[in-house]
Amino acid sequence: MNVTIVDYKSGNISSVINSFEAVAKEKVNISVTSDLNKIKSSDKLVLPGQGSFKSCVDSLKSINGLVDTLNEFAIDKKKPLLGICVGLQMFADIGFEEIETKGLGWIPGKVTKIDNQKGKYKLPHIGWNQIEIIRDSKIFKDIKNNSHMYFVHSYEFIPNDVNTISATTDYSSKIVCSVEKENIFGTQFHPEKSDAIGLKIIKNFIEI
Amino acid sequence: MLKKRIIPCLDVKNGRVVKGINFVDLRDAGDPVEQAQIYSNSGADEICFLDITASNENRDIIFDVVQKTSKKCFVPLTVGGGVRNLEDISKLLNCGADKVSINTAAVENPKVVTESAKKFGSQCIVVAIDAKKKNNKWEVFTHGGRKNTGVDVLKYAKKIEESGAGELLVTSMDRDGTQIGYDNDLMYKISSEINIPIIASGGVGNLDHLVDGIKLGKASAVLAASIFHYGKYSIKEAKDYLDLKGIPVRI
Repeated sequence: MNVTIVDYKSGNISSVINSFEAVAKEKVNISVTSDLNKIKSSDKLVLPGQGSFKSCVDSLKSINGLVDTLNEFAIDKKKPLLGICVGLQMFADIGFEEIETKGLGWIPGKVTKIDNQKGKYKLPHIGWNQIEIIRDSKIFKDIKNNSHMYFVHSYEFIPNDVNTISATTDYSSKIVCSVEKENIFGTQFHPEKSDAIGLKIIKNFIEI
Repeated sequence: MLKKRIIPCLDVKNGRVVKGINFVDLRDAGDPVEQAQIYSNSGADEICFLDITASNENRDIIFDVVQKTSKKCFVPLTVGGGVRNLEDISKLLNCGADKVSINTAAVENPKVVTESAKKFGSQCIVVAIDAKKKNNKWEVFTHGGRKNTGVDVLKYAKKIEESGAGELLVTSMDRDGTQIGYDNDLMYKISSEINIPIIASGGVGNLDHLVDGIKLGKASAVLAASIFHYGKYSIKEAKDYLDLKGIPVRI
């Protein structure tokens, strides 16, 4: 099986690569590329994302044909895709970081700044927080409710359809931290930095 | 609820841990990769490497250390020490560091913070501030605490927050190495005026000091070096103690 981490030259993806390589067993090839043909022929895709919503979307668009290839993979072919952090946020129609920016539009909704209640909560939301699993998700197989995951973000994804939400975390309000819509999965937290339990989520995704 | 973090810091010189001793199951006390793994396995919330290599010809060794560590530790790894420009930051991130801490360069050339936060994202930019008390206020020191800039710490911290840094690592030069506890007045002053998370550093001698850093200093995370190196306390003992004192930690 070929699992491809999409390298669209945005932010630091070393940790994502390391974690997938640590989990991958025989018969699972992990590759890191922006080559459209390789992406198309993959069985699964990982879409990481660091930096701002706008900078990530701009980077995706800067690679000719990448957005179309991702659409074909996730929407037409319905092959499994995991978005991490801003990778998940880009599933939205629209993001409001820096400037109003269109996302991939795969899961209708918006990305807005976390309401820090006039400074009561520090931003970014950095560190370990517990996730409340509200709906079964394939990536949560054998993951206990209230497990700790590592977060670092200031913006949150608010999907229109609450049925796409698989987990939330508590930081000033219930923040969406995991979504699942058919073959599309996303985590706001960083499974690649969430110790053994995070690696388990990565393993679950590989084994879907 | 967001948990308070415990961050063990390892001083690394020429690729070897300085002051690292005394773990029963440790084969090589000087190997930063192995020490980082022990910390990570015992529940450290993040790992911090401070590269104190002085000579230029050995400066690249840290990249190799970071690369090896990041293949074995799956908690966030922060690397600082001698980070001068975007190229240094980019190299460390590519080797597998999750965050880079900038100290002297942030004071001398604030653009490094603005530009790196923009390029790599705020989440990976930590600004380290070395502070020393002088006439009832604190001043920023650079070059490993040797040079007084005369800059007011609170004003500087605000400026850094505006530049897009994700976190502040605040070390009290007065307390560093004393084992009498953090300068919690300093931590509290910065934490109450700044909206990004503060990591307290400098002066930890026992577990109550960690508790005070969070309760009195209002720090989001507490960093310590020697109490963990010398095996005086394990990370697990520290976490259990914080938990006992009612501080939310990841156990």
